[in-house]
Amino acid sequence: MSAPHAPHSSHGQRGTPSDGGSATAGSGSARTTTEGTVYTVTGGDWDEVVRSAAEADDERIVVNMGPQHPSTHGVLRLILEIDGETVTEARCGIGYLHTGIEKNLEFRNWTQGTTFVTRMDYLTSFFNETAYCLGVEKLLGIQDDVPDRATLLRVLLMELNRLSSHLVCIATGGMELGATTIMIYGFRDRELILDAYELITGLRMNHAFIRPGGLAQDLPPGAVDHLRELLKTLRANLPEYDKLATGNPIFKARMQDVGYLDLAGCMALGATGPILRSTGLPHDLRKSDPYCGYETFDFDVPTADTCDAYGRFLIRLEEMRQSLRIVEQCLDRLEPGPVMVADKKIAWPAQLALGPDGLGNSLDHIKNIMGTSMEALIHHFKLVTEGFRVPPGQAYAAVESPKGELGAHVVSDGGTRPYRVHFRDPSFTNLQAMAAMCEGGQVADVIVAVASIDPVMGGVDR
Amino acid sequence: MGLEEKLPSGFLLTTVEQAAGWVRKSSVFPATFGLACCAIEMMTTGAGRYDLARFGMEVFRGSPRQADLMIVAGRVSQKMAPVLRQVYDQMPSPKWVISMGVCASSGGMFNNYAIVQGVDHIVPVDIYLPGCPPRPEMLMDAILKLHQKIQGSKLGVNAEEAAREAEEAALKALPTIEMKGLLR
Amino acid sequence: MTDERRTGNGEQGAGGTDLPAARGDTGDVIRVQKGMFGANNGGDTTGYGGLVRTVSLPGASSRPYGGPGGVFDEIADELEGALEEQGLVPGNAIEKTVVDRGEITFHIAREHLVQVARTLRDDPALRFELCTGVSGVHFLGDQGRELHAVYHLRSLTHGRLIRLEVSAPDADPHVPSLVEVYPTNDWHERETYDFFGLIFDGHPALTRIMMPDDWQGFPQRKDYPLGGIPVEYKGAQIPAPDQRRSYS
Repeated sequence: MSAPHAPHSSHGQRGTPSDGGSATAGSGSARTTTEGTVYTVTGGDWDEVVRSAAEADDERIVVNMGPQHPSTHGVLRLILEIDGETVTEARCGIGYLHTGIEKNLEFRNWTQGTTFVTRMDYLTSFFNETAYCLGVEKLLGIQDDVPDRATLLRVLLMELNRLSSHLVCIATGGMELGATTIMIYGFRDRELILDAYELITGLRMNHAFIRPGGLAQDLPPGAVDHLRELLKTLRANLPEYDKLATGNPIFKARMQDVGYLDLAGCMALGATGPILRSTGLPHDLRKSDPYCGYETFDFDVPTADTCDAYGRFLIRLEEMRQSLRIVEQCLDRLEPGPVMVADKKIAWPAQLALGPDGLGNSLDHIKNIMGTSMEALIHHFKLVTEGFRVPPGQAYAAVESPKGELGAHVVSDGGTRPYRVHFRDPSFTNLQAMAAMCEGGQVADVIVAVASIDPVMGGVDR
Repeated sequence: MGLEEKLPSGFLLTTVEQAAGWVRKSSVFPATFGLACCAIEMMTTGAGRYDLARFGMEVFRGSPRQADLMIVAGRVSQKMAPVLRQVYDQMPSPKWVISMGVCASSGGMFNNYAIVQGVDHIVPVDIYLPGCPPRPEMLMDAILKLHQKIQGSKLGVNAEEAAREAEEAALKALPTIEMKGLLR
Repeated sequence: MTDERRTGNGEQGAGGTDLPAARGDTGDVIRVQKGMFGANNGGDTTGYGGLVRTVSLPGASSRPYGGPGGVFDEIADELEGALEEQGLVPGNAIEKTVVDRGEITFHIAREHLVQVARTLRDDPALRFELCTGVSGVHFLGDQGRELHAVYHLRSLTHGRLIRLEVSAPDADPHVPSLVEVYPTNDWHERETYDFFGLIFDGHPALTRIMMPDDWQGFPQRKDYPLGGIPVEYKGAQIPAPDQRRSYS
């Protein structure tokens, strides 16, 4: 699909009379050009053939790309009506990864909810967790009680996550264009970031590390040094994408003026994130509606005014550099302290420690609750089996995920479980713009346009 | 699926079995069947650090008709199930299936209306790979175990015999619900 | 930690001079809880079985609404003024205004939803250009207005966020579509229809989007079971999460 196709107009006009039998029926007038002799074939039944080909509108072809197709970013189904190489109509079929996460959440307690939301858009786990936790904290009214260290670490993890998500976007986008080298580069750098996640949260993906009230755990020893090393490596690696792709004529030819969506289109379709910023509007929730103390960080919001896939690619590259800046500021500001709210009615009671059989409750804590404090035992039991109660009401918390505005609408009925959690996933909303970007373009450009939207089907379908 | 299935039982057949197994296991072509989180780890396995090319498997086929291994990587929804079966049916025999991750293996944490509770309801599975998502090392381990299985696979009358034995063993096997003992 | 919030202190982050919005009524009852722990199967072994409590959502607020720098009053004034200009009595369109947890919610009568949304989008002083979609909520206990559609509107011009809420009874699940005002709601409304059975009148193609086309029922309604199967292993059988004993 991704191979460049020769334009149609070059066919059918050349050809020597000797190899085409039908040309002898008509008159082939020859004229000499710089490229050699050109025969214009007319007469005979050619006029009729051309006319009937032009008139026959039942020749429209509907092509089903996906839901299982290597170039559609997961289980996205594209329904394209094509006329030759031109896409006349494009529609998306989604729902092939619908997981019922929002319903499943309603049967688990508030803390367990993070385990589910982290699997929605699996490339931006920390953003999902943060949006959900900010919503729950708003419902609980403890926004101001979340310790600074927890907030800083949330920002740090989110910005690392922005890097890893953009890297996958660029990697898979490159792969779908046929540029395997970019894919290898992207995954190489993503692995480095995943190593840091593994060091901090214990998992490569699906962390459930950010919890209502703070974090599951503090940084392990040596994490700050590891992160500083990582920053150094990434700083050295990021220019390679520039060298490899930014000025690459093939890359530019495939991406420039492809997937065009201007500001009016973005506003109408609700597109946010790099798509909106590629129209020149510097809208970023981190600046316009700051959360987690983003107003105190020093960073820029990159924009482009090309409205196309290439502009989005450049924005993603620049956002990665800005994320590195934010991570560095986080590391400079980190001070020892708690990472969970002091309220023992909300904070998960476990004090985790690394034992001989892996990570678990610290033996001191077990000794305390089992041996000395009846109240601690009761609290532990109640919090673990039942969870905490959240006063009835609803809240909406939005964060700027790598793909755009990620909002969590959290509703409580005063119980120990969420009554309803709805995620406004940017992939879902941005994917609506696919039709506007692709119609009238070529089939090969559909792939580029979809890759520049960067939809993750886990987020789209939830 | 040709002459080798018609061979008489005996020395010739076992020799052909070994040769065919060796050849088959050395060039397994996986079909891309990325669904969710596991698909990202599957791509990671194919990329630089883990380098699936070491096992002659770096070429993920876009078309199921050119593939003989389906790695079901991720949760299978009710809407995806018919598509998955169709892709499986399009693959030429002999073919194998790795169910990657708990969601594909048993539905995992998504025990609800939307997810098929185990891809073995739809296609026969050769290797179940736990994890959420499994690490790339685990996927490679599953692939190597599958290689062993392919190496030891039977042909012709031997295959029929093996299938009969497997079915008898399955009929006699104790259902999971009747097993006793510790839950592990 | 909960008391001052329960009384409706809705002006998180407001200046010291801003008074918290007072609550006009007690809010919509969404649930009646019996007993202490929410266990609903089996006998009462706790001794708290006679305890009956009603759970209600935060009720309507009265002026001033507060908000950061009094911005909620500003929005409400502008909206009411703009509606009056169009010859619409604001009290008919806006059923009530709730300020809770630093967010303002306008409950809109469903027949006026499109006009209100268009006003919010087009009025230069309001300018809520971006709709972040619709979220359905199904309150089984909220008699006569079980299905809620919740819209969050964001103004990039002024940097504000408000919430619109529309309700419809289960017996008549119709809400006007906002697609003509906010085209982005196309898929969002299809999703809410798919999960809650809310019919958005005027939507160009209201079909299922997530579930297969032939699916029966609307899976995220509260009266639709989770649909899990019991998990069995070595003599033990664990019911699906919605069949287990609950503490909610």
